[in-house]
Amino acid sequence: MSTSETITGKRLMRLRVNGEPHEVAGHVTHSLLEVLREEMALTGTKHGCELGECGTCTVLVDGEPVYSCLMLAVEAEGREITTVEGLALQGRPHPLQRAFSDLGAAQCGYCIPGILLAAKALLDKQPNPARADIEEALSGNLCRCTGYTKIIEAVEQAVREVQVQEGTRA
Amino acid sequence: MKKNGFSVIGKPLPRIDGPAKCAGDTRYADDMVLPRMLFSRLLRSPHPHALVHGVSAKRALELPGVHAVITGADVPTKFGIMPSTQDEEALAVDKVRYVGDPVAAVAAVSEDAAEEALGLIEVDYQVLDPILSIEGALAAEDHRIHTWNRHANIQKAVSFEFGDVDAGFAEADEVFEGTYFFQGNTHLPMEQYCALASYTPDGKLTLWSSTQTPHYVHRALSRVLGLPMGHIRVVATPVGGGFGGKSDPFSHEIAVAKLAMITGRPVKITLNREESFYVHRGRHPVKMWMRTGVKRDGTLTGMWFRSFLDGGGYSSYGLATVYYTGALQTVTYELPAYKFEGVRVFTNKPPCGPKRGHGTPQPRFAMEVQLDEIAEKLGLDPVEMRLKQVVAPDSVTVNGLRVSTIGLRECIEKVAERSGWKDKHRALPDGHGIGFAASSYISGAGLPIYWNDMPHSGVQLRADRGGGVTVFCGSTDIGQGSDSILAFAVAEELGLQPEDVRVVTADTDLTPVDLGSYSSRVTVMTGNAAIQACGNLKERLFEVASEVLEVPADDLEMEEGHVRSRSLPDLGLAFAECVERAETRFGTLGATGSYRPPRHPGDYKGAGVGPTPSYSYSAAVVELHCDADTGEIRIDKVWIAHDCGRAFNPLWVEGQVEGSVYMALGEVLMEEQIFRKSGVHKIPSILEYKSPTTLETPPIETILVETDDPEGPFGAKEAGQGPLLPVIPAVSNAVYDAVGVRIHEIPITPDKILRALDQRLKDPTVPDFAFPAPIRWAPGQGVEVPQKS
Repeated sequence: MSTSETITGKRLMRLRVNGEPHEVAGHVTHSLLEVLREEMALTGTKHGCELGECGTCTVLVDGEPVYSCLMLAVEAEGREITTVEGLALQGRPHPLQRAFSDLGAAQCGYCIPGILLAAKALLDKQPNPARADIEEALSGNLCRCTGYTKIIEAVEQAVREVQVQEGTRA
Repeated sequence: MKKNGFSVIGKPLPRIDGPAKCAGDTRYADDMVLPRMLFSRLLRSPHPHALVHGVSAKRALELPGVHAVITGADVPTKFGIMPSTQDEEALAVDKVRYVGDPVAAVAAVSEDAAEEALGLIEVDYQVLDPILSIEGALAAEDHRIHTWNRHANIQKAVSFEFGDVDAGFAEADEVFEGTYFFQGNTHLPMEQYCALASYTPDGKLTLWSSTQTPHYVHRALSRVLGLPMGHIRVVATPVGGGFGGKSDPFSHEIAVAKLAMITGRPVKITLNREESFYVHRGRHPVKMWMRTGVKRDGTLTGMWFRSFLDGGGYSSYGLATVYYTGALQTVTYELPAYKFEGVRVFTNKPPCGPKRGHGTPQPRFAMEVQLDEIAEKLGLDPVEMRLKQVVAPDSVTVNGLRVSTIGLRECIEKVAERSGWKDKHRALPDGHGIGFAASSYISGAGLPIYWNDMPHSGVQLRADRGGGVTVFCGSTDIGQGSDSILAFAVAEELGLQPEDVRVVTADTDLTPVDLGSYSSRVTVMTGNAAIQACGNLKERLFEVASEVLEVPADDLEMEEGHVRSRSLPDLGLAFAECVERAETRFGTLGATGSYRPPRHPGDYKGAGVGPTPSYSYSAAVVELHCDADTGEIRIDKVWIAHDCGRAFNPLWVEGQVEGSVYMALGEVLMEEQIFRKSGVHKIPSILEYKSPTTLETPPIETILVETDDPEGPFGAKEAGQGPLLPVIPAVSNAVYDAVGVRIHEIPITPDKILRALDQRLKDPTVPDFAFPAPIRWAPGQGVEVPQKS
């Protein structure tokens, strides 16, 4: 781990984001959210409260959904961080992204990056979730536009799409 | 293939901005970074009411990294959204009127430095007694919050009598009275307020802001900064949720503009979540009293409605809000006589303004609950009672509002049928209930906020030699999909695919004025302007195509990327080729379209609030469980039917309806803006200000009722606000069905249910107030106005 100090009090951190290693200067007191957005220009991750209350800033850390406003960037060193920018595969949108777009699950769109990642964490663990599982998995992410209806429908559509792709759908 | 004669309208196709929003690629205001950018924070008053004798920034300016501090003296010109109530200052000049009122602004190299500087600014306050209630405001005749208004703390008092209300009550078999209270609440968009200003060496100012109304911000900046509008550019960034909360020009927008001018560097500000609870301009707390006269069969004979609005520290949209609390009671059920009195007072709390439904959810709650009680007392089915007196299409209401199409009957019938109303109402077991209500909303305000005869919405089109089209419009996408509306309207008219249409919006340098995303106006007004612009472009394209194809111009249509003959469909010219030929003939191709709403019959003072091109209609049934031991309410299901004119895109309309239902459930069950005696917000965080998650949001069954309104683009009406309205009273009525108590207060929280079950919940009180003598008006006195229908 690097400890080089900078004149602004920043420190060099090694963060692995969306499968790529990065060396980035950041304040040790700054959250993962701040470092992703302000030092790495990964502005796809949004913020709604910076107090761990709204879920807007959700990213995945080692596959687990984490409120990036509550984790210090230095705590994420050496771990696998996934942001919304890392969801697409070789330029092709993730089935969740396509389903959210096709079904109108993104209205203002501000909460959507966080919700997509919370949904991905669910599907990675539970490829065939019941509606109640989806509601539970997304209950830490607020959306003020959609009433969650189209969001839940989009997750279900993505589940079906993945099953068709993988030939596991009956 | 065309469906109902349309190629893209009416189909559940995706929005144009979906892929970028789902990729995290959409740039919201706080995602923007400019070279040399400074960061701003505002110093806000800790006192609800105080004189400001002086502000010293000396110590703050000495802090390393601080570039500028401004105070009220730097931006003293008053502003406000309504021309007749310009009572706001960007930074307090000599007085603060609510906790959170801005006093100074800092620009520094980082947010942390700016925040630290705030603590070094010294303010000399003389604390005054705060006024925190409607009754307190009316009683404090010698203790004023503002001095510009005529009567103590009254911002506006209005009074109207339409038809003969005394005769209406005399004719009634029964007269019912009740009092109601709707607590204030806030929009809580997930994106906080944010603005970024840049002042360049050519003397031009640019402001990027998360705003619903860039045109009004443009006007306010010019007024306060003393710059010509032509030297100011306002760009509304994609708005991360608005719901009415980003419709005013705000202190932080003016502050960063001024700081950019002083420092010569870009300045950005992002308000934190706590500030957003204070800045909000949300739903007004309203106390209401209502008297209704009915025949034994439930026929309405007269209605008298009084509203008392707690406006907070400034006027904001309040002038419109007070009128809106009394305007739309008349457009759902036949009402021969109606009296309305309303008053908005100043208090030392954050100013209230427009939230989804603007001033109409509160009275609709009172009215639909009282109608439910009337049906109960008269032994009538509340659904049947309303169906008997639905307003007729193409009619004028007692207060001079012109109703074009009305799908209310079908809305009511559909939700009753789908929910199994007949079998469930008063038949479900204890603790399990069902409730009904209906409502109406405007598809855009009939008048602009500042008086003028110019278009409310303008569209410019540019046709590309390669076959693409760019549409320019000042409209602002706040998530409702207005950019997609433009792309689809133009694609439909020109026979193109939506992806061939590039949309440039909400930029005062580039786009013709659209008044903004408020009053559910955008689809109707920009849609009509876009259709007109396309018509003008088509004239030229058809003139050229007619010669090439040797068919008359009136035989031509645009479909599937071609200009084609209707009678000989094999004869056609590709759109791109037609553009080239037209450009060769006429020179650079462009076209414009404009829209102004039709006039309305009402010609009395105050008749400007309520008119609209078309009224949308909604009906809702709510089924719920209410636990008599805990007072907890669990919503089982909501059925909602909405008359949207024509579903411009059923997917998007459903999204608006579902979002409205959700927001209504938050308001009726849990959301409230509440303050301590010190004027401090009791719960200014997302954790404490409860709002529904996925777990509290029930299944929502949406039924779209289509009426094909002649005033709407392709027949469309609004969908973004109206469907919120019936859900709130339907919940209250369902609670009564479940546990037998009437709750006349919103939100309906468990403690109120338990107190009501114990018969300890008193009805709300309303203050004594001498309203002005009414303005009288009756149908037939108005002006004759030609309409499309």
